[in-house]
Amino acid sequence: MTTTLSQQNNASFARRTFLNRGSLGLGSAALATMLPNVSQVAPGKAAQAADLPSELPHFPPKAKRVIFLCMAGGPSHLETFDFKPRLSQMDGQAMPESFTTGQPIAQLQGQTLKCLGPQTEFKKHGQSGQEISSFLPHTASIADELCIIRSLHTDQINHDPAHTVMNTGTSISGRPSMGAWVTYGLGTLNQNLPGFVVLTSRGGRNPQPISQRQWGSGFLPSRFQGVQFHSTGDPVHYVRTPGGVTAEQQKTLVDTVGQLNRLRNQSQQNPETETRIAQMELAFRMQTSVPELMDLSDEPQQALDAYGVTGIDGSFAANCLLARRLAERGVRFIHLYHRGWDHHGDLVTYMNTCCNLCDGPSAALVKDLKMRGMLDETLIIWGGEFGRTPMFQGKGKLPGRDHHMRGFSMWLAGGGVQGGTSYGTTDDLGYHAAENPVHVRDLHATMLHLLGIDHRQFTLNHLGLDAKLTGVEEEAQVLKAIIT
Amino acid sequence: MIALPAHEFLLLQACIPLMTLQKIMRRLALAIFALATAHGVVLGSEPPVRFNRDVRPILAAKCFRCHGPDANHREAELRLDEEVAAKQQRSSHSAAILAGNPVESPLWLRIVATDKSIRMPPPSAGKPLTSAEIAILEQWIEEGAHYEGHWSLAILTQPDAPRVENATWPTNDIDRFILAKLEARGLSPSPPADPATLMRRLSFDLIGLPPSSEQIEQFQPIDDPGSYEQIVDTLLASKHFGQRMAMYWLDLVRYANSVGYHGDQEHAITPYRDWVIKAFNDNMRFDQFTIEQLAGDLLPDASINQKIASGYNRLHQTSHEGGVQIAEYLHKYDADRIRNFSSVWLATTLGCCECHDHKYDPFSQKDFYQLVAFFADIDDYRSFRGGDSSPTKRDPELEVPSPADGKIRRTMVTEALAQPRTIRILERGSFLEEIGEPLAPAVPQVFPPLHIDAQRPTRLDLARWLTNKEHPQTARVFVNRLWYLFFGTGLSRTLQDFGSQGAWPTHPELLDHLASEFIASGWNVKHVIKQLVMSQAYRQASLETAEQQSHDPENRLFGRQSRWRLPAEMIRDNALSVSGLLRDESDGSSARPYQPAGYYRQLNFPQRTYQADMDAGQYRRGVYIHWQRQFLHPMLRAFDAPSREECTAERPISNTPLSSLVLLNDPTFFEAARMLAQTTLLETNGSENNGSDESRFAWMWKHSVSRLPNPQELKTLQNLLDQNRQVYQQNPAAARAIIEVGLAPSSDSVDTVELASWTAIARAVLNLDEFITRN
Repeated sequence: MTTTLSQQNNASFARRTFLNRGSLGLGSAALATMLPNVSQVAPGKAAQAADLPSELPHFPPKAKRVIFLCMAGGPSHLETFDFKPRLSQMDGQAMPESFTTGQPIAQLQGQTLKCLGPQTEFKKHGQSGQEISSFLPHTASIADELCIIRSLHTDQINHDPAHTVMNTGTSISGRPSMGAWVTYGLGTLNQNLPGFVVLTSRGGRNPQPISQRQWGSGFLPSRFQGVQFHSTGDPVHYVRTPGGVTAEQQKTLVDTVGQLNRLRNQSQQNPETETRIAQMELAFRMQTSVPELMDLSDEPQQALDAYGVTGIDGSFAANCLLARRLAERGVRFIHLYHRGWDHHGDLVTYMNTCCNLCDGPSAALVKDLKMRGMLDETLIIWGGEFGRTPMFQGKGKLPGRDHHMRGFSMWLAGGGVQGGTSYGTTDDLGYHAAENPVHVRDLHATMLHLLGIDHRQFTLNHLGLDAKLTGVEEEAQVLKAIIT
Repeated sequence: MIALPAHEFLLLQACIPLMTLQKIMRRLALAIFALATAHGVVLGSEPPVRFNRDVRPILAAKCFRCHGPDANHREAELRLDEEVAAKQQRSSHSAAILAGNPVESPLWLRIVATDKSIRMPPPSAGKPLTSAEIAILEQWIEEGAHYEGHWSLAILTQPDAPRVENATWPTNDIDRFILAKLEARGLSPSPPADPATLMRRLSFDLIGLPPSSEQIEQFQPIDDPGSYEQIVDTLLASKHFGQRMAMYWLDLVRYANSVGYHGDQEHAITPYRDWVIKAFNDNMRFDQFTIEQLAGDLLPDASINQKIASGYNRLHQTSHEGGVQIAEYLHKYDADRIRNFSSVWLATTLGCCECHDHKYDPFSQKDFYQLVAFFADIDDYRSFRGGDSSPTKRDPELEVPSPADGKIRRTMVTEALAQPRTIRILERGSFLEEIGEPLAPAVPQVFPPLHIDAQRPTRLDLARWLTNKEHPQTARVFVNRLWYLFFGTGLSRTLQDFGSQGAWPTHPELLDHLASEFIASGWNVKHVIKQLVMSQAYRQASLETAEQQSHDPENRLFGRQSRWRLPAEMIRDNALSVSGLLRDESDGSSARPYQPAGYYRQLNFPQRTYQADMDAGQYRRGVYIHWQRQFLHPMLRAFDAPSREECTAERPISNTPLSSLVLLNDPTFFEAARMLAQTTLLETNGSENNGSDESRFAWMWKHSVSRLPNPQELKTLQNLLDQNRQVYQQNPAAARAIIEVGLAPSSDSVDTVELASWTAIARAVLNLDEFITRN
């Protein structure tokens, strides 16, 4: 998709606006992610003033940043946060057709649909008495920090398009992801790192693929795309100088190119050239700041133990610790993916695997941020692209569950969210969102609201349409009830 | 006191029945005050407003959402996109517009109302009209509220070139259209670009490669005016021309080497890419080019090449994920095709009508599904059979020999089903909610009709309809994009939206002139391109003067050329070319340059590791690079190449640290620098200056940026060279490490320390802004 030059101007105007305002009252200099991107036309025109995005933030934000812990594959809500005793009673019986008639079905197409009761037990936890399954003991220990939403629903029943809905609000490709929207709107607070960083982890069962599109910038300028940090090889592509060149030589090279560009630009007067010089200098600084970020030697053993980290090894635990380090350094949107939650069969085994990898570090991250006084200003969101069917799937004795889009659970913590609360329910069998249904777009609207952004006014004109993260059709709702 | 026309009472009563007369009086007084103020803005000798240029953009942006083509979201039965509807009495309301009489037109009274509860657009919509916009609407109503057909749908005319005062500047009619507008504003065109800049511009624009230093030396347009045309002809005849044009066409049609969804498995399609390149090189007529892609398989006695071309219909994304519901994905594929078809040939946003009537343009949801019906004969069922393997077999496929090496390659083609699938409207685009009768293929009514005797029109009929010379849009869309390729922006700046929300062309007569010329020439692409590059407008300098900065900062009048950072593929090709690494092999399977290890780690079904080419494939042009939709090569991505999931008519141009890191550290560029350094050393050995540093700087610059370094630049370069020499003399092992980067062997006759030191100089050159900028 394209970004027209005038849109790029709009974006740079938004950034200037933000710079003028300072950053959320912190007093530190806020920078648009990855620094400016001066367009090829001369800057400084006011011609498109009418199309400019509204000034941001629209109102005082509660959260400064987002950490999204995506459990890719779709964890079962019925074995994590949504206890359904009725489903237990109906275990093995036919799934009532009243639930399933006319509904989209994924791998269970054409099969007999039977109920599968919860595969674990649930207990109430914390002062709030939140109901959480025995698969998630560490998460249970932070029950009073969590707002559990049990009534999410989405539009898509296959992984790839469902992720696209979760990230962009629609399954149509080419739209910006939420991280790109947020960095476009609010910029970053660190001039040496990107504003939107993505980390994916390994471990668990045969993982679902995850596409780079999920952190794409769509029709927003490409500098707002998520930058993936890798735990093996170069943490950012090409961040390492090739062999035979020292850092000092590289620095001299960068300085020389800057000098030559400036000399040439005396006659060319190209504003793009000044930007290029600045970006190259930033690139050089990233050659230091990124490895420094990934170097855990300044972390006390206690912190490593709390997360269960043994090194930068691509584990979800290490990525949670990196998420905290990124948050400390002012990165605006930090998106973690743990793949492996697609439990069509042998669900108990694989739930144990995934929960062992993800439960502890997720809870450790919340506790760590709280201890550092950062939880209030950091919105954490935990969940998958959809849930799983109340119906049995599998062969023989090792049951699993199929993809499910009509009702599932997620949790939110910190960043202006009321801890120790629940919101919404599914029906008796955990099929449909029943009370207070929450569409993915409502989640987006709420997230933006916590960041001080009115989702209705946060638009960018694309192909004649005032495009929004929350879509152009039905109005998304901010979940006011869960906000402090 | 204020006299109250009766219908204003009616209007207000209709809106606010419980309002007291007193309140009405007060509000009316305020409204009329606002009216008087706004009136002051337009008094004087304003030129008449033009509906398409001045009024439609306002109505489209601020009014059509609720008072436009979408019947399901139309408020107060009022539609402002059609003249009759806007001016006729509605059941319970008076006509919104009384031509010639703004003061009595409810539309105008509502937009100047100070009472928020009756003001339009409603404040809650967040799209207030500016006072300038209100003034335009008032003037328009005053002048009779004349509507015009939408510009892109108007019958193509062949406007005469305007008269110009400066009769010596123009070389062809393009120049007359450009100059007339400049002269009307009292502005002059820019002087011609200097020969080296012009030669570089022409070379990148026509073949996507830099000129050789010999070409630069031979090019003397001032002494020999005919030499420019000779070079144009040579470049148009070059086999690299097709590669350059294909870079753009493949973005439009979203050509890629992987399926896009979920496992993003590879699929077989490279012969289609090679067909596109050859079609441009052979200057295939654009109508034939269109027909063969959309319906090559339906042509009588379709040739192998025509079947390969029909692979266009298979370029959409597909999913091979377990649990895919066939009905759902058949629909996704249908919608994908219509989005692309309508973007590529019509520059419309018909894709919006998958779920609802268009908000701004006269397209209904039914129009969308009637277009889908044209494509309902394409056999998509066999698409679902490819499993978790890569490359995945996506029948129907054809086996074809590669012209380059004779190797057999598979390629997806279109095959028609005997019985097309039944297409109905899907409520809100949901595959679960089919409604209404089966639809026959039909084109949207706003376009010229499709005259077909056969019972059911086919894709072939659709393709022929597009390139019927009566069709107003196809030629306009394409020549507008050609203009963009050679001038940096379109004559209409919205290359992908010719609808009411799109941009009115800056030079509508010129656009029509070029479109007519395109058709009259027999849809001759090279002919139109030659017209563009032969013009003086094209040959202008791109430097911006202070006068231009103040009078035309966006260069809407094209009083100078544009400058832009080169597209991703050209940046690669440029580095490979000046270093002597570029290999000319065309056709064949995809090229795989070095890529960071583990980049595909998130791909699965099956898991994949990337194998970079270990032979000449490493140095092929960017247009041949393997296009993995989910994980596009990081170099391409850093320089804004699209993932090709959707049609891209205009790439964004970003300027990020990630792209700086590519130029600094990507082994492709590092290796190119090493080879440029080596060539420089070898070529300047025993030269007249006996291999002095200065002669080497000069040689390298001439071959890379087509000019010589000035004394200050030389001094700067010398400092860099001295520092590096010092480092490598002390540490020869580090110098040897540099040779390890890249496959290309180093020459034994070059001293390693010197080679390493000069590699630093070459890296500086390849990182210059000038090196990646088209001026």
